[in-house]
Amino acid sequence: MNGQPQAVVVQDLVKRFGDFTAVDNISFEASRGEIFGFLGPNGAGKSTTIRILCGLLHPTSGKALVAGVDVAREPERVRQNIGYMSQKFSLYNDLKVIENLRFFAGMYGVNQADAAERIAWAVDMAGLTGREHLLTGTLAAGWKQRLALGCAVLHRPPIVFLDEPTSGVDPISRRLFWELIHRMADEGVTVFVTTHYMDEAEYCNRLVLIDRGRIVASGSPLELKLKSMEGDLLLVECDQVGKALELLQEAPGVTDAAIFGHALHLVVPDAERAIPEVKSYLGERRIAVSRIERIRPTLEDVFVSLTSLKGRREKEQA
Amino acid sequence: MLGRLRQMLIKEFLHVIRDKRARFFLFAPPVIQTLVFGYAATLEIKHVPVAIVDYDNSQVSRDLVSRFQASRYFEVRRLSDRREIPELIDRDEATMALQINSGFARDLGKGETAHLQVVVDASNSNTALVGLGYVNQVAQGFAREYRLKTLARQAPALAGGLPEIVVERRPWYNPDMSSQWFFVPGVIGNLVLVIVVTLTAFAVVREREIGTLEQIMVTPIRRVEFILGKTIPFFLIGLLDTALISAAGTLWFHVPLNGSFLVLGAGTVFFILCMLGVGLFISTVSATQQQAMVTSFFFIMPAVIFSGFGSPISSMPDILQRLTYLNPLRYYEVVLRSVYLKGGGFDLLWPQMAAMAAIALIMLTVSVLRFQKSLE
Repeated sequence: MNGQPQAVVVQDLVKRFGDFTAVDNISFEASRGEIFGFLGPNGAGKSTTIRILCGLLHPTSGKALVAGVDVAREPERVRQNIGYMSQKFSLYNDLKVIENLRFFAGMYGVNQADAAERIAWAVDMAGLTGREHLLTGTLAAGWKQRLALGCAVLHRPPIVFLDEPTSGVDPISRRLFWELIHRMADEGVTVFVTTHYMDEAEYCNRLVLIDRGRIVASGSPLELKLKSMEGDLLLVECDQVGKALELLQEAPGVTDAAIFGHALHLVVPDAERAIPEVKSYLGERRIAVSRIERIRPTLEDVFVSLTSLKGRREKEQA
Repeated sequence: MLGRLRQMLIKEFLHVIRDKRARFFLFAPPVIQTLVFGYAATLEIKHVPVAIVDYDNSQVSRDLVSRFQASRYFEVRRLSDRREIPELIDRDEATMALQINSGFARDLGKGETAHLQVVVDASNSNTALVGLGYVNQVAQGFAREYRLKTLARQAPALAGGLPEIVVERRPWYNPDMSSQWFFVPGVIGNLVLVIVVTLTAFAVVREREIGTLEQIMVTPIRRVEFILGKTIPFFLIGLLDTALISAAGTLWFHVPLNGSFLVLGAGTVFFILCMLGVGLFISTVSATQQQAMVTSFFFIMPAVIFSGFGSPISSMPDILQRLTYLNPLRYYEVVLRSVYLKGGGFDLLWPQMAAMAAIALIMLTVSVLRFQKSLE
């Protein structure tokens, strides 16, 4: 920690909306200059957490420190230090590119001399040079997304919150966007990003997996892959994938089964023992297996395994 | 602080200029309403279509018919058969039908009561009432002269000394009793109401809808800066609209502005403040622009009806009359018409000003508090 506070500290954070608990007692820390990934399915509580950290929502209980400042107590002081980009790339479609930039520079109180330079930087970063006078509403999603990022960091915030920044954007723009995120992190900016794209999670230095308001796992992508899977992962290629899935979900010795592209992924306690068992189990049911082998889990496997296991356990308890 | 507010104002004006709906609200209602109330809307009833069947066809009955024909209140159409009457009234080609039966002149000549039958389409009760009044006037005038003539023939000595009452009309403030003079100042109130309320409500709700409200709230902007940024533009637009319609009223419709600009301006400022409060309030209870639209009309319709803009408050049932005291437009209409026609000053209009100031204070306080909560 080097005597410096962590960029983001969350302790026992709870947020309830009426009877519904959106964030259920979570704790984590994000260090400076880190790309911190917040992963989870829709409705897991990612956006709620990020909105608490930005001071847009009051936590029901618990503590959230951003740049060492308590967000619930001094939201104004926090705001000078953060940039926030919501899922919707909230820009004014009826304003020109340059007018959006000027507006947000004004809102963040960027001084005149600095503003011109920062706006030029943002235009260049978003690849909008020569398009400054287009109406923002006419831009394609990828450009809007980069412009929204530009608007959110005009005041050089040390911490940036990005809420599903790549939803609805084409793959090339997503790639470009992640390059921008890496560049910012290299300059020492802490990037706090939520996503449900597992391939994007691989770009993060550290991940927190959240499901139904609770943290189910955390660590680097590699750590998660090594630690979090209970058992081994098998890849199965066979005919009648749909029927095979149904059968395998019921099969003894199979913890979990899920479709993965044209193949199936199975979670089993022990690969050595399971491979012949699965083969004969499917064979008895007239499904031909063309390939079956142990593979290294991807984050998606980890994620599916953790969230569905948890769901199953809860069902059993209930 | 000023830098941020300035940016907010620039942005709000750009929205108004670029948003079709806002542009529509800015220009269409003033033009349309001023024209409608300047030209079309009138309380006077003129040229009532009347069908007359004269079965008597005497010198006397023809005299009576010609009286109706000479009046500017009636458009007379002669019929030869009373069976045509129902169809004419059904098709709105006649509002009233007069029937003079045969024996009309004979009865009068004998000094007996003669009957003039009037059928009236009372589906519009107001026109029916006023039309009957006109018929009565013509018939009474005719009867009086007939009596005088008869008297002059039979007892000339008496005829000269009959007592009479003649009404001398002295209409103050509006000598020609022009509806335009009544409506054009009044319409300012309606317009400021519609424009300020809808634009203010939309300006906030739109940001909520597209998500920029959240984006602004994570910047270091202060609540007061945001609220000022959202209200100052519509305050100015309200003033501008008032100035435009007053100019049109004076230059085009020649409605005199007898009072001072200062009094008019003060009343307008208080009224706009009330409307900003209402607009902000609507924005706190509406999640989408559509909801804001519907909610606005829930407010606008009763506010206009219970303002005395068209129908007088004194004719309303007692309980509704009391409710009108909550309606800021009620006070503003009084100020507008008083300043324009009567030349009213602060000495007369301070109760209205005070009422509007109080409503503005309450509305703005409630709205700002609710508004701050809605941002959480």
